[in-house]
Amino acid sequence: MDIKVSGLNLWYGDFHALKDVHALFCAKKITAIIGPSGCGKSTLLRVFNRMNDLVEGARIKGEVVIERENILDEDTDLVKLRKRVGMVFQRPNPFPLSVLENVIFGLKIHGLANKYEAEETAEQSLKSVLLWDELKDKLNKPALGLSLEQKQRLCIARLISVKPDILLMDEPCSALDPQATQRIEELMRELKTNYTIIIVTHNMQQAARVSDDTGFMLLGELVEFAKTEEIFTKPKDRRTEDYITGRYG
Amino acid sequence: MRKIKELILEKLIFICGIASIFFVVLIFLFLLKEGFALFKTVLPADFLFGRKWYPISEPAQLGILPLILGSLLVTFGAALISIPIGVASAIYIAEVAPAKSKEILKAGIELLAAIPSVVLGFIGMVTLVPWVKKLFHLPTGLTALSGSIMLAFMAMPTIVSIAEDALYSVPKTYKEGALALGATHWQAIWRVMLPAASSGILAAVMLGIGRVIGETMAVMMITGNAAVMPTSILQPVRTLTATIAAEMGEAVVGSEHYFALFAIGIVLFVISFAVNVGADLFLHKKR
Repeated sequence: MDIKVSGLNLWYGDFHALKDVHALFCAKKITAIIGPSGCGKSTLLRVFNRMNDLVEGARIKGEVVIERENILDEDTDLVKLRKRVGMVFQRPNPFPLSVLENVIFGLKIHGLANKYEAEETAEQSLKSVLLWDELKDKLNKPALGLSLEQKQRLCIARLISVKPDILLMDEPCSALDPQATQRIEELMRELKTNYTIIIVTHNMQQAARVSDDTGFMLLGELVEFAKTEEIFTKPKDRRTEDYITGRYG
Repeated sequence: MRKIKELILEKLIFICGIASIFFVVLIFLFLLKEGFALFKTVLPADFLFGRKWYPISEPAQLGILPLILGSLLVTFGAALISIPIGVASAIYIAEVAPAKSKEILKAGIELLAAIPSVVLGFIGMVTLVPWVKKLFHLPTGLTALSGSIMLAFMAMPTIVSIAEDALYSVPKTYKEGALALGATHWQAIWRVMLPAASSGILAAVMLGIGRVIGETMAVMMITGNAAVMPTSILQPVRTLTATIAAEMGEAVVGSEHYFALFAIGIVLFVISFAVNVGADLFLHKKR
């Protein structure tokens, strides 16, 4: 499922956080958004599931179209939107419940499945994030006792169980060590066959490794948006080049 | 010089710290000594399960079962009223109320806590008691129900402010995570935030109940103080605390009656201790 962004502007009070952003995020691809801290990359990501609504004083203008629907419309059904557009956070945030309850949380709140189906889905979701073998005997253990990497995988499984179309990842590996990061990246490559994935990262190597497209943001502007190889080998904009080569941020 | 200063300060703080424990032990020992003196003449079972409390008749009958049941009935009623309202009010303040009314509400609840219990008892006596009498067509409005309602008012500030704190300190990421999964605000509160804050909320409830069990003045003023076996919530009852407060002044020092009042003190102590230990056990089981 594509996401088409046009003329997107966002203000936090007087602060102009996103300036006239245009972009097309393609289905079944991983798109990375890179840029120095404070450039608005997380803000852009949070537009796609309207999490910015929680911030007081945030105003949005423009269009973000997912499946012919402008999700910025006043009457957008946020529950439906967020079921379709899932988000993985920077710090793994499993709920203080058991592993199983975490995975089937989304099913429960959407009233999607009976007990048997829920367990079935839980198994599939945990398998698709490669946690099943590790955790199949610990389904009733508290999720807060897991390792950081397991927690992050669990959070991804929790999303997958509600069958979203789009996965938003806000620096999903910044709390993890290099090995765990590598394994999560592998997982992302596997997941992209079924999902549209957008990842925000401050780690340029990560963007280069996993993404198909890359957008570079600076001070609220989407400076350049192109195929990842192009951005990293022959960037068109001077500012992109400066950032990629390390003269910036 | 500096070293000596440090040393003196350290010792001073140590003494302050140890003082509280010292006094607690002292009070406890005194309570035990005076209370257990009763059991030289009265069997513990007769004391705890005796159904008649006639301390000044000849021979005195010192059964405190009606008093224990009176305390439990009033406390239970107060808990039944104050816990749902208190927790709901905490949820409203922590999660739903807009910033402005939040401050006003919090201040109001603190003010409620600041009202002396004798004043609450007095207000209850002139407003609540006639109301209960009229509503249920009773000979008197001085009943366990009146006491429960009044005590609920006293437990509420404790429950609300501590439960609100507990909800407020639930990591914001839990709520975000739930909302990002498409949960409604209420689902996020009910399924994630409340379980996450459960230990704090339980502590709030326990402290609220603790305050109710120990409360004396207001109960004495509005529960009617009849030391009979309670059969209904619409009947006058006498609590453990009210008994001590009402009778300690007239009991002859060293008499059976006097020792019995200390023994009631031990019973009260055991009950509130049990409430705390119960809460603690529950918390650890949860984790």
